[in-house]
Amino acid sequence: MSDIANIEELKKLAPPAELRRAPVVEGNQGLGWLTDKLSAFAESKKIPMWWWILFIPSAICATVVLPFCLFYQVTTGVGVWGNNHPAMWGLDIVNFIWWVGVAHAGTLISALLFLTRQHWRTTIGRMAEAMTVFSVMMAGLYPAIHVGRAWFDWYMFPVPNSNGNWPQFKSPLMWDVFAVNTYLTVSILFWFMGMIPDFAVFRDRAVTRPRKFIFGLLAMGWTGSARQWHNYEKAYVVLCGLCTMLVFTVSSIVGLDFCTSQLAGWHATIFPLYFVIGAVFCGFGMMLVILIPLRKWCGLENIITMSHIDKIAKLALVAGLIIDYIYLQEFFIAWYSGDPYERWVFGHRLFGHTYMTLGWMLIGINVCVTQLFWFKKIRSNLFALFIIGVLINIGMWCERFVIVVGSLYQDFLPANWGKYMPTRWDIGIYVGSLGAFFMLYLLFVKFLPMIAISEVKGATPQGDPHHPLGGAGKGGHS
Amino acid sequence: MSQPVNDKIYGLMAEFNTPAELLHAAKKVRDAGYNRWDVFTPFPIHGIDEVMKLGNSLVGWVSLAGGAFMFANVAGLIWFTNAFDYPLLVGGKPMFSVPMTFVPAYIMLIMGAAIGALVGMLGLNQLPRLHHPLFFKKCFEGASRDKFILVIGALDEKFSATETKQLLESLGGARVEIVEERD
Repeated sequence: MSDIANIEELKKLAPPAELRRAPVVEGNQGLGWLTDKLSAFAESKKIPMWWWILFIPSAICATVVLPFCLFYQVTTGVGVWGNNHPAMWGLDIVNFIWWVGVAHAGTLISALLFLTRQHWRTTIGRMAEAMTVFSVMMAGLYPAIHVGRAWFDWYMFPVPNSNGNWPQFKSPLMWDVFAVNTYLTVSILFWFMGMIPDFAVFRDRAVTRPRKFIFGLLAMGWTGSARQWHNYEKAYVVLCGLCTMLVFTVSSIVGLDFCTSQLAGWHATIFPLYFVIGAVFCGFGMMLVILIPLRKWCGLENIITMSHIDKIAKLALVAGLIIDYIYLQEFFIAWYSGDPYERWVFGHRLFGHTYMTLGWMLIGINVCVTQLFWFKKIRSNLFALFIIGVLINIGMWCERFVIVVGSLYQDFLPANWGKYMPTRWDIGIYVGSLGAFFMLYLLFVKFLPMIAISEVKGATPQGDPHHPLGGAGKGGHS
Repeated sequence: MSQPVNDKIYGLMAEFNTPAELLHAAKKVRDAGYNRWDVFTPFPIHGIDEVMKLGNSLVGWVSLAGGAFMFANVAGLIWFTNAFDYPLLVGGKPMFSVPMTFVPAYIMLIMGAAIGALVGMLGLNQLPRLHHPLFFKKCFEGASRDKFILVIGALDEKFSATETKQLLESLGGARVEIVEERD
């Protein structure tokens, strides 16, 4: 399809190199080539060694460690965790917020960048959405078991019952139930709808009958007619808008759980914003951790280009700087309020002997390490980016720990002073949820279209009817 | 499978190699006075909506309806459960007020609007529909790959097996073929 004369003509018309945008896909050899390349991994019968090496431990964590810990915890009680007076919230809530945070960047990358017409999002959007779906699942697990008697979880839903009890809607904890369930449902819908045209691609390419049948069912008869695309695009933009609203709502509601309480360290109006930005920052870290190995192992270096990685790093830097500003504000307000309890809590975040390591880790990573993203050398070094991505996740985990436990463990009266240390069951459930997340993610990568094939094709010059490579100007449309 | 169930014709299809060729052909087909035709492409083609005069999709309205329905219902549910059926006094706060109602109602608005968008999209596209006359054409599989297919329906008033075929061929369409109707 490439026409040499047209390419020469295009080069003359193109702006100077420094003003040109990086191409969405490098080394693009046409739409057919792209389709082959993007569906190759999910279609190949041979499962590579790295996949098994990652999958088996993840699956063991997910199917042995997690159910075992859950069974013991649910049948015995929350006492198996380190949670006790005064730190009634421990790793369960820390991990809940952490997982919601990981989810948020996925939605932000996919939905907000769509609304701002960033074409580079097409290559990473699907993987980001999958990250959202699986991490919201993990997040949802924690409140369900944290209630202690998990068999009464249905009390949280407005189900008519013989006692005439209803949920108590004046509590933000109740709003959380709705927020997390909505987030899970909407992100699954968004993820699934985005995949319908790609299921059709898989259906049309299928060589075996089971594949044709399964993807035929999933594609639901998608033909790709202009009328279908017309409604589809509208629905997509609406869903993107709704998902963007969710990014700013779900973590805000989680933030409200804290700031509506009277506890020093929690009682601050900045919390909703704080949690949203923290979530996004953490998620960008996770995105780097997932994308950098996968693009190499799946041979997608031309699709998820260095330019895309660079942009994610820049977005992480922006989120990191906002986080740093919020830290500054938190400490300033604690000092400026003159409230001795506030000052005590914030002083103890950095200088209290119990959790000062975590406090300094969060400063060291979220404030200092993030600044490395300013340098182009770091942003083009995949190994450094991967390590920073891991560190950001650790840093944000420390932040949640410091906020949750660091505010609870020494409140107004010395009689309420205590200490929280996670037990093996706390850690077991966390490891199990990490395993479940990676297991689901690996299954997604292997069996579903991990890159939005139709969106990427639409963002290439070959897909643009007004571009010479899309056929413009050769007796066709001009 | 390969034998047509009856001899009715669904339409004529033509295959194009680039989106620009397709857009050009679509304009000509429209100018020739056809009404019942459609293009099948691997991704949405910029500008085809105007050529086909598709106007504004109704999906947005379905989504709005879903959102409004959920918002009103959840607000009503909160009033019914916390203020009417089992009035619950917590911290001396009013039984029913905007701050306690808005957040859950708003979050469920998003849920309703999202379900509305998906259901609206599927409904307006008449999906799921697991069979389609075009699926029996081997070359239609290119429509999800790198081919751009234009189909003029046999139900169009101007449709004629010979003249329509000539038009499609003159527009540069490859594989101008008859698509059989199937039940």
